[in-house]
Amino acid sequence: MLPDLVEVIGLSLAVSGVAIVISMVLGVPVGIFLGLNRFPGRQLLVTLVNTGMGLPPVVVGLVVFLVLARSGPLGGLDLLYTPSAMVVAQVVIAWPLVVGVTLAAVQGLDERLRLQILSLGASRVQLYWKLVQEARLSLVAALAAGFGSIISEVGAVMMVGGNIKGQTRVMTTAIVLETRQGNFRLAVALGVVLLLVALGINWLFTRVQQRGRA
Amino acid sequence: MSLLALERVAVEAGGRAILDVEHLQVQPGVLLAVVGPTGAGKSTLLRVAHLLERPVRGTVRWHGEVVAWPAPLATRRCIAMAFQDPLLFAGTVADNVAFGLEVRGTRRAAAGARVAELLELLGIAHLAGRRAATLSGGEAQRAALARALASGPELLLLDEPLASLDAPVRERLRGELVAIVRGQRLTCIWVTHDQEEAFAVADRVAVMDAGRIAQCGTPEEVFFRPATPFVAGFVGTGNVLPGRIAASDGGLVTVDLVGLRLQAVSELPVGDRVLACIRPEEVTLGRDGGPDHLSARNRMNGRVTAVVTRGATTRVEVACGVRLQALVTRRSAAELGLEAGVAVWLSVKATAVHLLADAEGNGRAGVEA
Repeated sequence: MLPDLVEVIGLSLAVSGVAIVISMVLGVPVGIFLGLNRFPGRQLLVTLVNTGMGLPPVVVGLVVFLVLARSGPLGGLDLLYTPSAMVVAQVVIAWPLVVGVTLAAVQGLDERLRLQILSLGASRVQLYWKLVQEARLSLVAALAAGFGSIISEVGAVMMVGGNIKGQTRVMTTAIVLETRQGNFRLAVALGVVLLLVALGINWLFTRVQQRGRA
Repeated sequence: MSLLALERVAVEAGGRAILDVEHLQVQPGVLLAVVGPTGAGKSTLLRVAHLLERPVRGTVRWHGEVVAWPAPLATRRCIAMAFQDPLLFAGTVADNVAFGLEVRGTRRAAAGARVAELLELLGIAHLAGRRAATLSGGEAQRAALARALASGPELLLLDEPLASLDAPVRERLRGELVAIVRGQRLTCIWVTHDQEEAFAVADRVAVMDAGRIAQCGTPEEVFFRPATPFVAGFVGTGNVLPGRIAASDGGLVTVDLVGLRLQAVSELPVGDRVLACIRPEEVTLGRDGGPDHLSARNRMNGRVTAVVTRGATTRVEVACGVRLQALVTRRSAAELGLEAGVAVWLSVKATAVHLLADAEGNGRAGVEA
């Protein structure tokens, strides 16, 4: 039982870890771009991002399922019921959160800071990089919010991963299964582990934030 | 050749012109102070001068060459700016000062030496390792100035660099900053809303009003020979009186001020409408007898209508056909027993009356001092 448990926890962390890294890499630049530039259609994009922050995971699961299903547009990749499919679903959930929090963070910086950075001789790329550094505490919040939402998510990973033992079973789906089967001790144990993971990660993020503030 | 030149440059915001500069040249090594009320376009002028804001029309020249937009990074890097707020980055004071060197790819050792040099220059060497967030207002501004100077800019732009500091700190840093700008032979555009500061530091002063440069000249020119009623009001001319030139004789004219005739030094022709500008401290005032011993050409008698004492000086308003303001020391005001209703004599030198051509009849409504 113990090796199974370790495997389930490991897969949870791996899938959500990869998903949050991808979300940050794809989301932070978009958030900075939306936060700093004014162009026609920006308002619409910001509205879409905000809507995306509240997407019901089950709907995300359904859409990703349909896209990856054999008859779907990306069916040829044969990703359904693999950890990759779960990563895709989690990226769809976490990406808008990362974009939204980054956008808010960049907009929250002093307008004049941008002018000051440019006036010290920064190129456009150097400007963006410096702004990321200045907003890094908020980016840690984006990371925490995104990771928290996907590590504890169950609907989407169930639909696209299939909760296959030894392949796509993660903590949340395992808890659902064990509870249904009456293995309450195991379900509670997994629940405690999930809580501890969430707690540990948030504790880490908080520490980083507080140190940055001092 | 001028370092920076603006020719017919305009900037608009929301369809409204917020900057409209016919002509401005900044010669190398000159400290140009830009003054004017809030919203006069001073900060916009700096953004254009920094090549960070593209004007809707007009030409900006750097070393005589027309600047293409967006301005090349290499040109932009010859210019640095410090603001009213220090806007320090997260990290230590030394990290902050090093930023301009970092983005230019300066080698670590060279950058370290330069940072140490700048911290020494601004008197904050002991703060090198301190987190920027823990500095006092004056220390933070010193760090911000060191940061702007670190890359050795050809043109330094200062946007109200001392405005958020307490008076004693401000005075001290002002002196040091001017010494640094002079010592390094920097060309500098120093924006301030404080006209005393402008006249104290600058080689040239530009007065801005509603996006335009109302006057640009030496401090003496702007102070004693304001070019517009606005500038006259801004530099505290006090008496701005509408009139017409009645006679002219070899550079000496007689101005009819409707109720008073004054002599002034001017080349303006007879019949021209003018505004006569007289600084209140140029008006001599006394009781008993007359100012016969004075060489002043303009002498008149009048009656005091108001006396306002502020600090060391007393402002006296006298009705003498027109209303003239005079400034006397607090002691003289007391010794002369000045109060409303007292008869006094006034005298003004002809050279102290500055005549301003008033083709548009601006002066009708008078100008607040």
